[in-house]
Amino acid sequence: MNMEIRNEAGSRGAAKAISITDVNLYYGEQHVLKDINLEIKPGEFFAFLGPSGCGKTTLLRLIAGFNHARQGKVVIGGEDILDMPPWKREIGMVFQSYALWPHMTVAHNVAFGLEERRLRKAEVERRVNAALDLVGLKHLAERRPAQLSGGQQQRVALARTIAIEPRVLLLDEPLSNLDAKMRVEVRRELRELQQRLQLTTIFVTHDQEEANTVCDRIAVFNEGRIQQVGTPMGLYEKPANLFVANFLGTANILDGKVTGDGNARRFEVAGAGSIPIPAGVDVPEGAKLVLRPQYARIGVNEPGSVSLPGRIAHREFLGATVRYGVQVGSATMLIDAPFHSGDSLLEPGRETMIGFKPKSALWLAN
Amino acid sequence: MAFAAAIPINRISAKPGQIAAVALIALFLAIFLVIPAGTVIYTAFTEKGTGALTIVNFQDFFRTRLFQQSFFNSVYVSAMSVVWGTLIALPLAVLTTRFEFRGSLLIQTLGFIPLIMPPFVGAVAMQLLFGRNGTVNLLLNDWLGFRIPFMEGLNGVIFVQSLHYFPFILINLSTSLRNIDRSMEEAAQNLGSSGFRLFRRIVFPLAMPGYLAGASLVFVKVFDDLATPLLLNVKDMLAPQAYLRVTSVGLTDPMGYVISVILIVVSIFAMWLSAVAMRGKDYSTVQRGGGGLSKRPLRRGEAVLAYGVVGLILLLVLSPHIGLLLLSLATVWSFSPLPDGFTVAHYTRVFGESSLYIKNTLIYASLAGLIDVIVGGAIAYLVLRTKVIGRRWLDWAATAALAIPGVVLGIGYLRTFYGISLPDGTPLATLWVMVVMALAIRRLPYALRACYAALQQVSQSLEEAAENLGATKQRTIRRIVLPLMTGGLLAGFVTSFSTAAVELSATLMLIQSNSDAPIAYGLYVFMQSPAGRGPGAALGVIAVIMVAACTLLSHYVVERRQKTLGMNK
Repeated sequence: MNMEIRNEAGSRGAAKAISITDVNLYYGEQHVLKDINLEIKPGEFFAFLGPSGCGKTTLLRLIAGFNHARQGKVVIGGEDILDMPPWKREIGMVFQSYALWPHMTVAHNVAFGLEERRLRKAEVERRVNAALDLVGLKHLAERRPAQLSGGQQQRVALARTIAIEPRVLLLDEPLSNLDAKMRVEVRRELRELQQRLQLTTIFVTHDQEEANTVCDRIAVFNEGRIQQVGTPMGLYEKPANLFVANFLGTANILDGKVTGDGNARRFEVAGAGSIPIPAGVDVPEGAKLVLRPQYARIGVNEPGSVSLPGRIAHREFLGATVRYGVQVGSATMLIDAPFHSGDSLLEPGRETMIGFKPKSALWLAN
Repeated sequence: MAFAAAIPINRISAKPGQIAAVALIALFLAIFLVIPAGTVIYTAFTEKGTGALTIVNFQDFFRTRLFQQSFFNSVYVSAMSVVWGTLIALPLAVLTTRFEFRGSLLIQTLGFIPLIMPPFVGAVAMQLLFGRNGTVNLLLNDWLGFRIPFMEGLNGVIFVQSLHYFPFILINLSTSLRNIDRSMEEAAQNLGSSGFRLFRRIVFPLAMPGYLAGASLVFVKVFDDLATPLLLNVKDMLAPQAYLRVTSVGLTDPMGYVISVILIVVSIFAMWLSAVAMRGKDYSTVQRGGGGLSKRPLRRGEAVLAYGVVGLILLLVLSPHIGLLLLSLATVWSFSPLPDGFTVAHYTRVFGESSLYIKNTLIYASLAGLIDVIVGGAIAYLVLRTKVIGRRWLDWAATAALAIPGVVLGIGYLRTFYGISLPDGTPLATLWVMVVMALAIRRLPYALRACYAALQQVSQSLEEAAENLGATKQRTIRRIVLPLMTGGLLAGFVTSFSTAAVELSATLMLIQSNSDAPIAYGLYVFMQSPAGRGPGAALGVIAVIMVAACTLLSHYVVERRQKTLGMNK
């Protein structure tokens, strides 16, 4: 793979922005996409993240032209595309199943889109070679899809899409059919390729680790709505609501209610005493306390920390850390303690307390 | 069989019971399939009188003008039937699988109707509708002053056969189309393809294996069919020639055997061709969560066209049935578009005189179905669940029956069993039991597939659980395997029963007296004379209703049982 093929097979000219405005989509009575608004920058690697059935794939298929919105606009590179049929959109999509045609060789699969564009034979051949070269599969050009491994099929699907020099690239769960080891390898390759082509790319996944490691920014979906848009770190550090906090990383969520006002506000954790809420923290109506497992310590009360009583309920030895389940009031909190050689572990049943800095806690509502 | 080889088997050694089962089935297949077929082939290669091995019979065959012509005609009629069958099936398959079309279910159901009536029954009705002085041509001549030779000579055979056998193409093609994943089409659209180009480059090639399977089946069926050309008075085709040689010249005439060998070779060749074409092409690409091809609504103009085409095709397809019904109720129907008057006299006559045919049919077809399910179930169990020696040979031999046309099997039985006399002096070959055996052998390959499918549904862990709890192998079969296979076995029985009930080719060779004859034979006898057409048609209607009722009933029972067991399909 080298730099000079960048303009041989890849994006045409400058990367395109994607602008989605007020998109609503229904399956019959079911409201599947609700008021979707999104700005994706040129050349950005963007993820749609969410649990299954959240609408992320539906939106992707809408952009590709396989679903139809009742209202809204999708503008790519300044052109509204919603009224175009899929075959006029010039949007490359890699399908979850790869959708390689079993009756054609790898080379014919890759050539298909170019032939549909009625390019000259020599030109088709040149671009097929360039695309296969780009994904490192030139030597398998005459194979049938069934003779390839999952990872190779995935690359053929990618080469087939890139060969037409799409305006933007859509990836529908591209790693879900690969085994765990391949997944890590392929996602790095995907990132590299995207950087090299400078192609605006949308990546649909339900796996937060994939989204975090590959993408510049992430839109978190739930129940047909975008919950929050941000960088991986931004979403983890400053989730907008309980769903995002819970979906990205592990979060302890404690029920309770706010008492007092002004600088004397406190949060009463159900059945486990209360802690002060730092000044200036915005606590929405019906908020719960959110704390990541690594921010609390067991049995240690440092200066500036607050504490709640608890009892060790269970423990899991993970190597670098020990994950304790601590019964605090009616909830079981997960708390990670770093493990050092020679440490002894706390026994379940033991009464203790947990301490944490109020600043590391978040108060979030649904 | 390919899929049998893929089943992991975990048994240490064969039990005596298994060996006994293998021996019994092998004996059955040897007596009623291998030896008769082998005798036919052997006779074709021996000199008449001396018994010396020779190929002179084949040289004679290919030197005789009549046989050259017959060979060519058979190939031509079969090929044209495939072409016309395709022209009927393709629009129906595409409409029902690719569009939101309200008549889809109707088409899928009606597509099966031709199969529950033997083609030759429809042939007579078709003469009355499409013949030179049939309804359509009389009307054409009156209004426009010309006739279309639908039924003249070979045209008639092609017309009747393609209307009868197109469902084989329709079913296989529709299944293939349905098994194409939606993403296959979407990927092509995403890359800029649409419309007819997309169909030609992606959809049809992916459905090709199914199409070829259906087309080769139609070719073989038409090539082997005996009764339709005979009834349409077309004698210069291979199957009728074989029949005529054996029945008129005699059992010792080598030409009947030579033709038989050619029929077998062509059958095998067609099946081999479709197997080669399909090798390594399991294009069934439906993914979990994917779903088949997307269906789009028809536009207004398209809908009008679609309903027009479908209506026309269905009218054609149902014309043999409509004609048969009219004929069965007609007083006189000759040189007029419609019968002169209507009567139920034919039905009373058939019920009075011919209830014997119905009784015989029920006995023969039930026995044949029963034999098929027992033998097929046993072979399926031996192949899928044991390692007993010879099980693959049984599977292979039972499947090989596909390549033996009915007329060949009939000739083989006559040749093999004619010399053996019963205590009362009549030859064994003419005993009605032989008809049952011929029907059972002919239907065995299909029943065997059904039994394989039924057994494959029963997870091996269910058996292992029973054995783990202390059940012996025999008791596990009786208490676990058989109850769970019931639905599939019943489906196999009904397939055998309903097709055996209307099969004629082997029967035509073997039936010697009217009192032993089943419906198909009675129909054939009736249809030969103009006076017999009315009662013949009534008998045909009864046969259609009987077979349809059995099929529907079993379908209902199987569905209900599968539902209560929570098994899919």
